[in-house]
Amino acid sequence: MKHYRSMISPYVLWAFGFIIIPFIMIMVYAFTDGGLSLTDAGFSLDSFAEMTDSLYFTVFTRSFSTGILTTLLCLFIGYPMAFFITKFDERVQGTLILITTIPMWINLLLRTYAWIGILSDNGLLNSFLKMLGIGPVSIMYTGIAVNIGLVCNFLPFMILPIHTSLSKMDPSLLEAAYDLGANKVQAFTRVIFKYSIPGVLNGVIITFLMAISAFVIPKMLGGGQFTLLGNLIENQFISVGNWNFGAAVSLILAIVILAAISFLKRIDPDGTV
Amino acid sequence: MKNKLIELKNITKSFDQQEVLHNIQLYIRPNEFLTLLGPSGCGKTTILRIIGGFEEADSGEVIFDGKDIAKLPPYKREVNTVFQKYALFPFMNVFDNVAFGLNIKKVSKAETKKRVLEMLKLVGLEGFEKRKIDQLSGGQQQRVAIARALVNEPKVLLLDEPLSALDAKLRKEMQMELKKIQKKVGITFIFVTHDQEEALSMSDTVVVMNHGNIQQIGTPIDIYNEPKNRFVAEFIGESNIIPAIMKKDMLVAFDGVDFECVDSGFAPNEEVEVVLRPEDLVLTPPQFGKITATVTDITFKGVHYEIILKGEHRDYKAQTTEYHEIGTELGISVIPSNIHVMHKMKEV
Ligand SMILES: Nc1ncnc2c1ncn2[C@@H]1O[C@H](COP(=O)(O)OP(=O)(O)O)[C@@H](O)[C@H]1O
Ligand SMILES: [Mg+2]
Repeated sequence: MKHYRSMISPYVLWAFGFIIIPFIMIMVYAFTDGGLSLTDAGFSLDSFAEMTDSLYFTVFTRSFSTGILTTLLCLFIGYPMAFFITKFDERVQGTLILITTIPMWINLLLRTYAWIGILSDNGLLNSFLKMLGIGPVSIMYTGIAVNIGLVCNFLPFMILPIHTSLSKMDPSLLEAAYDLGANKVQAFTRVIFKYSIPGVLNGVIITFLMAISAFVIPKMLGGGQFTLLGNLIENQFISVGNWNFGAAVSLILAIVILAAISFLKRIDPDGTV
Repeated sequence: MKNKLIELKNITKSFDQQEVLHNIQLYIRPNEFLTLLGPSGCGKTTILRIIGGFEEADSGEVIFDGKDIAKLPPYKREVNTVFQKYALFPFMNVFDNVAFGLNIKKVSKAETKKRVLEMLKLVGLEGFEKRKIDQLSGGQQQRVAIARALVNEPKVLLLDEPLSALDAKLRKEMQMELKKIQKKVGITFIFVTHDQEEALSMSDTVVVMNHGNIQQIGTPIDIYNEPKNRFVAEFIGESNIIPAIMKKDMLVAFDGVDFECVDSGFAPNEEVEVVLRPEDLVLTPPQFGKITATVTDITFKGVHYEIILKGEHRDYKAQTTEYHEIGTELGISVIPSNIHVMHKMKEV
């Protein structure tokens, strides 16, 4: 045991340097009012008061509703996919899982540019619709574009934990359900789905957290028309320069994430998070 | 007891072009405890799964209560299964596991509760309703699995090696208990095991199988005393199997000696095999025996000694309550009714 403990120490150092210190800085900035400077700053809750401004409040609600919508869509698309994958034998399953994760290996910017190419006014989608004689649709720089981007981006994070859960299920449980009189639908709702709940919760929470804190996709596919929390934070730090306010918003987001992860740890101690 | 609850007619089944059941013919009477016995891989589970509806035979009929149910899905069959590894639902407590079938059938809450509690009492798990499955021992999980199946009042209970995961002592206890439960609920049990002792001590009827073929069907006593062939004789218990010539009815010759026996109906001078159970060899002073042999090994087995004797033609295994020094010369004789003559098994 001792032996292993000493191997952890570099990680502790690393965590201290790159996680703990920045987190303390965020706390300090969030509760002060001196802008960039820390020397002539005093304790203040102004940044939090500022969040109640309806402009920012809209960003919060938009972020959460986008997060919820993205999560639900990922769940309704991802669950059947994960379920479908478990129907193959193990070797094929491995390959299929690899295929679903391929997008994760491609740079996020490239992927997002690809979406711009597809969704823009004279992009692939509209050319295709034109061939069918349906008028062009303008979805680039709308919530729809952002949602499509987010769903496609986070789908693997929904499929993986659900598939993990489902593939752990002993097939004889399903036979037991049939044996006890369950038809296919009942066997699914009462046994398969219940068995996969830890995986579903895992996927739901991870997807939701990533969706509410996303900023590259909403920025590029939303084109500034569709600001989410991540964009708000980015803007405050990079273009507006109001570090105190940016830090306060980051802190709220961090608290939501930590709360969600500790909840997840409680319900599914050996999950993937 | 002539009526048949289940009848399997000419059942064959292959997996990947490998035939694992050859032309199985079997009927099962109401309220009987029937055991499928055979070495691992002989097709016992496959037969059970065909009756349960989890596997479809390639050809043949499965008749249940006079109707062919070969195409009926499992949930429409009046059969419940106790699975080999129990297959309890890990996300439900004991009560909900047992209530599963009743909930599916929309039995009222009050009725469900009454029947589940009754069933838990029957299997000796009163007060365990709220327990989680992973808080139960193997034996307790086993009982939950039995209760979960029986609460649906099936006409037939299928049990696939349900005791194989238990240790020897618990296993013995559960054997008695299962038998008791079967008597009490009065339904047909089809039980699968590869343990001959278990099969003999629990069953009304034993079906001995090998390589997808039924070797013999009979009561435990029949199977033990009158094995039809060498495979059954060897599988069912330790025995001396000796090539012999059936000189005429009631007279068989082996190891150079003629023996009176009680078997008849063989061709004159037919080549046969004789089964002698170790406990049936009578050991005497050399001058009184039909065969003489020398003790080469003796092992204490608790109630008796097991002795290996070397004769002119072969080694014999015998059981006795008396101790004999290694090197002692003894005579061996067998009373006619303990000599069992079998047709020679065709080599497979
Ligand atoms: N689903 C299956 N696919 C391929 N082969 C199988 C399958 N189920 C059983 N078998 C084969 O059929 C034979 C009989 O199996 P089984 O009925 O399980 O035997 P037992 O229960 O007597 O041990 C074995 O050789 C086994 O490998
Ligand atoms: Mg088996």
